Amino acid sequence: MALLELKNVTRRFGSFTAVDNASLGIEAGEFFTLLGPSGCGKTTILRMIAGFDLPDAGQILLDGKDLADTPPEQRPVRTVFQSYALFPHMTVAQNISFPLTMARLPQNEICQRTQETLKHMRLADKADKYPRELSGGQQQRVALGRALVSRPRVLLLDEPLAALDAKLREEMQIELINLQREVGITFVFVTHAQDEALALSHHIAVMRDGRVEQVDEPSKLYGFPKSRFVADFIGHINMLDAQVLEAAHGHTRLAITGLGEITAPPVAGISAGAKGAFAIRPEQVRIGIHGEVAELKNHFPGEVRNLLYSGDVTVYKVQLAGGSMLEALLPNSAPGRAEFFEVGDAVRVGWRHDAGVFLHE
Amino acid sequence: MSKKHAELSPAARLTKWLVSGSPFVFLLLFFAAPGIIMVLASFRYPGEFGGLAPLTADPGTLHGLTLETYRFFFSDLIYTEIFFKSLLVALATTLICLVMAYPLALLIARSPKRSRDFMVLLVILPFASNFLIRIYAWMILLGPQAALSLMLNGLLGAFGMEPVHLLFSPFAVLVAMVYVHLPFMVLPLYTNLERHDPALLDAAQDLGANAWQRFWRVTFPLSLPGIFSGSVLVFIPVMGMFAIPDILGGTGDMLIGNLIKEQFLGTRDWPFGSTLSIMLTIAVLLFVWVAAKLGSTRGRYA
Repeated sequence: MALLELKNVTRRFGSFTAVDNASLGIEAGEFFTLLGPSGCGKTTILRMIAGFDLPDAGQILLDGKDLADTPPEQRPVRTVFQSYALFPHMTVAQNISFPLTMARLPQNEICQRTQETLKHMRLADKADKYPRELSGGQQQRVALGRALVSRPRVLLLDEPLAALDAKLREEMQIELINLQREVGITFVFVTHAQDEALALSHHIAVMRDGRVEQVDEPSKLYGFPKSRFVADFIGHINMLDAQVLEAAHGHTRLAITGLGEITAPPVAGISAGAKGAFAIRPEQVRIGIHGEVAELKNHFPGEVRNLLYSGDVTVYKVQLAGGSMLEALLPNSAPGRAEFFEVGDAVRVGWRHDAGVFLHE
Repeated sequence: MSKKHAELSPAARLTKWLVSGSPFVFLLLFFAAPGIIMVLASFRYPGEFGGLAPLTADPGTLHGLTLETYRFFFSDLIYTEIFFKSLLVALATTLICLVMAYPLALLIARSPKRSRDFMVLLVILPFASNFLIRIYAWMILLGPQAALSLMLNGLLGAFGMEPVHLLFSPFAVLVAMVYVHLPFMVLPLYTNLERHDPALLDAAQDLGANAWQRFWRVTFPLSLPGIFSGSVLVFIPVMGMFAIPDILGGTGDMLIGNLIKEQFLGTRDWPFGSTLSIMLTIAVLLFVWVAAKLGSTRGRYA
């Protein structure tokens, strides 16, 4: 049984449905991420788990017990707020010991656990500083320490990295992964940044308009999106309108509008005539003039229209014969790589028969 | 802050001088200068018919500089006593205002944004009417034939107790003091409370604090600067107030303000009035300084 379970949770604000019949299961000790564009309902779910908001319908269960009648201050759940919400009139040590004081623990235990947490969060030398005297990363660690010191069952994180600059963000991502592994507490992380979600999570729930679109491991979500929305939201992807010609056991034959026939991986529960889109990641598309591309099962002629050189990789935008555009991403690291292309070059693009995914409408 | 200062262009600096120039000159002329005159006056003798005795005159009359008024102030305990009574009234007024204003300010600060301005308007609405008229209104409200007195004395009579006089009593003075100065406590408190980040209360609750703990651990300590400003704004004018005790107080309810007024308008002893004024200023500054010291040790974050 999952540690934290959402059963058909719905939350409406007036005529706006913020969360629409959402069901989720979050396992003990995992790093779970709610991912979606702003207004998709991810923060509302977080607030309902914390207890600041109550579902209009459905249940939120912790260890199988309904939380509806438990006020926020009594839930074994802690939140790291987007703004950190550190108490400005308390020192770092006072901030961290706050939940222990509220729980009326004996003074020596408060002291001891505060010291442990200060040390663990590398804040021992900042114990007597006030929050405004700290850098963004240090404030973040105070917020984490304060939330973890009372050893909650679940830690909720509401876009805690949004306020940090790119470099610090990456550092904090690594710190978060390590911290989660060390303490073994279930993290529920909310973000709109798909790269952050992919980097941090064990499981990701992609949300859209209050509904859960797909819940999966990061690599599954990236490799096998189940809808156009998920495919488009996570990373870059080429999307071509397609119709199923033949649904065989080992492969699928698709007709790409204006382009021709291709072979694609098999799709369960699909039959000939079904319409949808063929989606393929830019890094799975090969580009070339000579032999190697022609050896692939699917290949088409095209013309380089744009190229974006970004150091480690170059993205080529190729116009295909049928008029549709295809992005191909080539690493610039391949030793002895001979072929580079310019705008206007006639090229061939191709991909393996087992690359890409057909998304049924 | 200093960085910002250095970035100002010459034109901007000139503008700054021009803008701050007129209030500066005004304060210099009408605050600092009279203050200095007052200090000087306190070291002179009173003139025969009010005003000050000349610095140089015939040998037979009082003239020149003297410490006589200061000696006189400390020679009779009555003046120190009036000082302490004024201090007590000012402290009581400040405390009652604080207790009454805090819930109101909190209520306004936590109301929906669009109704806040209207509620603040209601708080300052009494200022739309003349101060003296409002004080005289209390004369009627607290008068012996008013419903309040009749009801109270009826009740006291029923329990076999002596009837009380509400008007011309310390009670009437305190009621009017609180009534007049309440907005000065509400406004700074509201301004402070309204700025509090609501996420802090969410965080406190999330970390296990109940409603009571959220107030005493978060809201209250963060509102100390507001409490300080409001208290100063109430305490200082109450210390110098003479109109309210004049109108609503009894013969024994003289406060320091009345004493000073009496020196200038009644006995026409300007030097002693000046001395009393200086003593009042010193007492108030000392008191506010101590309060600020106490506040700043806890308010370093502000």
